[in-house]
Amino acid sequence: MRLASGRPLGEFELSKIRRHQTQNEPLIFERSSLGKIGYQLPPLDVPPVDADEALGAENVRGEIAGFPEVSEVEIIRHFTRLSTWNYAIDLGLYPLGSCTMKYNPRLNEAVARIEGIVDAHPYQPQTLAQGVMRIQQVLESYLSNITGMAAVTLQPAAGAHGELTGILLIRAYLESKGDARGVVLIPDSAHGTNPATAATAGYKVKEIASNERGMIDMASLEAAVDDSVAALMVTNPNTVGIFEQDIARVAALLHDRGAQLYMDGANMNALVGVARPGDFGVDVMHLNLHKTFSTPHGGGGPGAGPVAVKSHIEPFLPVPRIREEAGMLRYDHDLPDSIGRVRAFYGNFGVLVRALAYILAHGGDGLRNATLDAVLNANYIRKGIENDYHLPYDAPSMHECVFSDSKQSLYGVKTGDIAKRLIDYGFHPYTVSFPLIVHGALMIEPTETESKGELDLFIDALKSIAREAETTPELVLEAPQTTRTSRVDETRAARKPIVIWEPPADGV
Amino acid sequence: MYPSEYRYTKEHEWVKVDGESATVGITHHAQDQLGDVVFVELPDVGAKLQANGVFGTVESVKAVSDIYAPIGGDVTEVNEVLIDRPELLNSDPHGEGWLVRLKIFDATDLDALMNAGQYAEYVAAEGE
Amino acid sequence: MLAALGIESIEDLFASIPECLRYRQRLAIPNGRSEYEILDYFRARAEEGAKGYASFLGAGVYRHFRPVVIDALATRGEFLTSYTPYQAEISQGVLTTIFEFQTMVAQLTGMETANASMYDGSTAVPEAGMMAARITRRGRLLAARSLHPEYRQVLNTYYRHQDLPIETVRYDRDSGQIDLTDLESKLSDEVAAVIVQSPNFFGLIDKTREAAELAHRYGALLLVIFSEAAALGILEPTAEADIVAGELQSFAHPTSYGGPCVGVLATKKKYIRQMPGRLVGQTVDADGNRAFCLTLATREQHIRRAKATSNICTNQALVALMATVYMTVFGKQGLRELAEQNLAKARYLADAIRANAGSLVFSGPFFNEFVVRPGLGDSARVNDAALEKNVIGGLELGRLYPELDGALLVCATEVNRREEMDSYAACFGSSSRRI
Repeated sequence: MRLASGRPLGEFELSKIRRHQTQNEPLIFERSSLGKIGYQLPPLDVPPVDADEALGAENVRGEIAGFPEVSEVEIIRHFTRLSTWNYAIDLGLYPLGSCTMKYNPRLNEAVARIEGIVDAHPYQPQTLAQGVMRIQQVLESYLSNITGMAAVTLQPAAGAHGELTGILLIRAYLESKGDARGVVLIPDSAHGTNPATAATAGYKVKEIASNERGMIDMASLEAAVDDSVAALMVTNPNTVGIFEQDIARVAALLHDRGAQLYMDGANMNALVGVARPGDFGVDVMHLNLHKTFSTPHGGGGPGAGPVAVKSHIEPFLPVPRIREEAGMLRYDHDLPDSIGRVRAFYGNFGVLVRALAYILAHGGDGLRNATLDAVLNANYIRKGIENDYHLPYDAPSMHECVFSDSKQSLYGVKTGDIAKRLIDYGFHPYTVSFPLIVHGALMIEPTETESKGELDLFIDALKSIAREAETTPELVLEAPQTTRTSRVDETRAARKPIVIWEPPADGV
Repeated sequence: MYPSEYRYTKEHEWVKVDGESATVGITHHAQDQLGDVVFVELPDVGAKLQANGVFGTVESVKAVSDIYAPIGGDVTEVNEVLIDRPELLNSDPHGEGWLVRLKIFDATDLDALMNAGQYAEYVAAEGE
Repeated sequence: MLAALGIESIEDLFASIPECLRYRQRLAIPNGRSEYEILDYFRARAEEGAKGYASFLGAGVYRHFRPVVIDALATRGEFLTSYTPYQAEISQGVLTTIFEFQTMVAQLTGMETANASMYDGSTAVPEAGMMAARITRRGRLLAARSLHPEYRQVLNTYYRHQDLPIETVRYDRDSGQIDLTDLESKLSDEVAAVIVQSPNFFGLIDKTREAAELAHRYGALLLVIFSEAAALGILEPTAEADIVAGELQSFAHPTSYGGPCVGVLATKKKYIRQMPGRLVGQTVDADGNRAFCLTLATREQHIRRAKATSNICTNQALVALMATVYMTVFGKQGLRELAEQNLAKARYLADAIRANAGSLVFSGPFFNEFVVRPGLGDSARVNDAALEKNVIGGLELGRLYPELDGALLVCATEVNRREEMDSYAACFGSSSRRI
């Protein structure tokens, strides 16, 4: 049953993959040859300086042991070969739930590299920074409009950083009213960053159980909200891909008892143009520009996590804020109630530029259409595999759908195995074993990017794997079979961590 | 499966009493649930453990579990071998994979624990 | 697709959102624009900036030559558009480059281990401080006043609610380096760590070894911070440091108005389980071939949740890749030559400014940045005169350090040509004539 060119894999004839050549490549350190160089510098146009004299000999280092010595062509080949060992959204569907792996338009890359933008310095005079300040101001206003919130800070560098900013804002607001309180409530379906954030902001975390429909249980919430509770952190749609229908009641309950509602905007791709968190009663939320607004994930960053707030929270936003007077933009540092800075300078500015390009390209109606397509695609997948996989919650899905491996685990096949087998079919796996409230979860988010053709291939692959789990489970358990790297031993990596390269002991 | 001379907790630790001293470990069931153990964090010799208090953690690649003290006591010995060979917790949880030895504070702590038969039933019921 | 779902309109899929919560207006965002209009829009914004100006700004974000192979490689879709490498079998490209990055950061900083990167230097510092507090089980931090002021602001924001009081250690008014007497007077057995930047915010090589000795005497850790990575090509790393954290923007990314950047965190092997952030480790695959994967993930938020070492989730993988390519291009010899050029340019500019009646404020040895006080007139006039010649002068320090009002933090790197430096230095003399 091993895949060979032109032969069927499992029961389905697949058109997505065929064997491909990938080249071996050592680590760059193992490629080094003494004295080889790949750099150029113009000749020095001022007198050279003796480093020992200028800095003191004790401050001057010898050569950097082990550092690479390679030529330019070797560099190009090294990194190009490594790149071919990666899957990417440019190669196909990347259905990681809650990660919103959508197409990253190349136009965004182009505009972020325009001279005058890419080489702007954060301390250049504000009179010479009006363009880059305008980009921030326009993005802030569009994000306010999309979220239905009064104000936005662009400073946080990532989603989790936005969460921390948001919880610190709530803390500052409550403190200003005389009581910061001590507890943050978090549903058991939440992302791990939520409890970690609350702890970093000095709060105790109390978990709220979800009900049988995968939503916040109003009765447990009612019982949990007392005057020690500062906020509830909620993701909506939640991590099961379900819209929290009681969200307005949740907000009202919290507000009645002096608490605030924080929304994790990780799943905003289900809402843009269709519904606004500000209208649900959300007080503070963050957005992930690298999810909803198409900036590239880049193998794990950089992201950006702007935070949107209602007007009562606005005075506490990080310094500085942009103000406009007579057509001129300026930074206002005089904000006595501000929580202070959460990052140096103005956040991941280059990411902000890309997100604004995405918004301009879509326009208001285009953004809304993207949301519709994202939800349509998720539901199409759900429909396509609902007879093959167990659906733990039957509430309507928004932009992602969550199944469990309970049918396949009867044959010893777990969600992690199905995920690895998907790789053989030419797809990146879905999110594995999350959310925690679904045992053996398969969390699938296709985004609006995918065509019906790609979705059909994906559905066929999942159906085929379901059949394999019954008939030839070993095929699934030993997957992936077609990759250049077979299943990786993560246990060994963790037992004896080797996190940097060291030259072989024999000096070769 | 579960040695009859040991006593067991609902959090899946075992304790073996030898006069005033006791040896503590995690059960076969616990290591099975956890998967391949990659790291064990244990208290220093001399630490005072409270019955039912957390005294360490066991980690697999993708999970961390707190370890609870079945009984109170002073830590007299720590299984240093586990630092280099955490896999002993998988291969021999009731023997070579022991965690700490204690000088028992109060032997009546033991009364609250399960015997081997009760523990086996408890594990079976949990799986349902 | 609608037929397959048995619905008439996509709108039907949104029935689970209560009607009163639906947004029935159109977003106040203009209609979608074509690629060409969007390019025009951003080009117009770029024109409202400092295109074509020479610049002597540094202060945490540095201008350096950037080999074109960096973007040629970093814009490959396989790097640009992949996710965090949780699925190791189809992510060996990213995993291998991160392993190389961790190795180079360790080599560069003289530490035994380094993580897969942090957001930036300013956020790496509080993370390093929290790590020190976990290691020492102490709850007090001392930070040099010559640590980047915006880093210090971030520290204050992070620590306000963590029972981690932070106290500032003065700098010596003559040398501009840490005041060791003041440091010693503030040290106690409650202090978790001493945080010293080198080169410090004033561009000076700081007394990290002396600070380490004092810190260790009280059982505290020494955290060495840097914001100008180019200095590491020539500066002896502080072997006595316990944690090194900093900013690698100089090797990775254009100034880009201060972001994205790439923070680093390096430390000793024994502290590896206390590190925040992602970490790539070496292992083998089922066929016995060398392979890499994310490791020691139990430290992180997605497993330990409220008890994680940090709430950090993303790293800056793409910028870390840029830094890895940069460090590979420059390599052993190039980083040294680059550092020597920076040293020479900054010395030249400092001499030229002194020849125009400016004076250096501090006596400590500097790398590519220095604090200078105009002899005649004030800093604002000097910079105004420079702007008339399309030159952006150094940073006026008054807002960040009231005691240094009227002084400028001036930076020269390998990109600054001699004529630019002559032109800026002349403003220190010419401004006097305008008074």
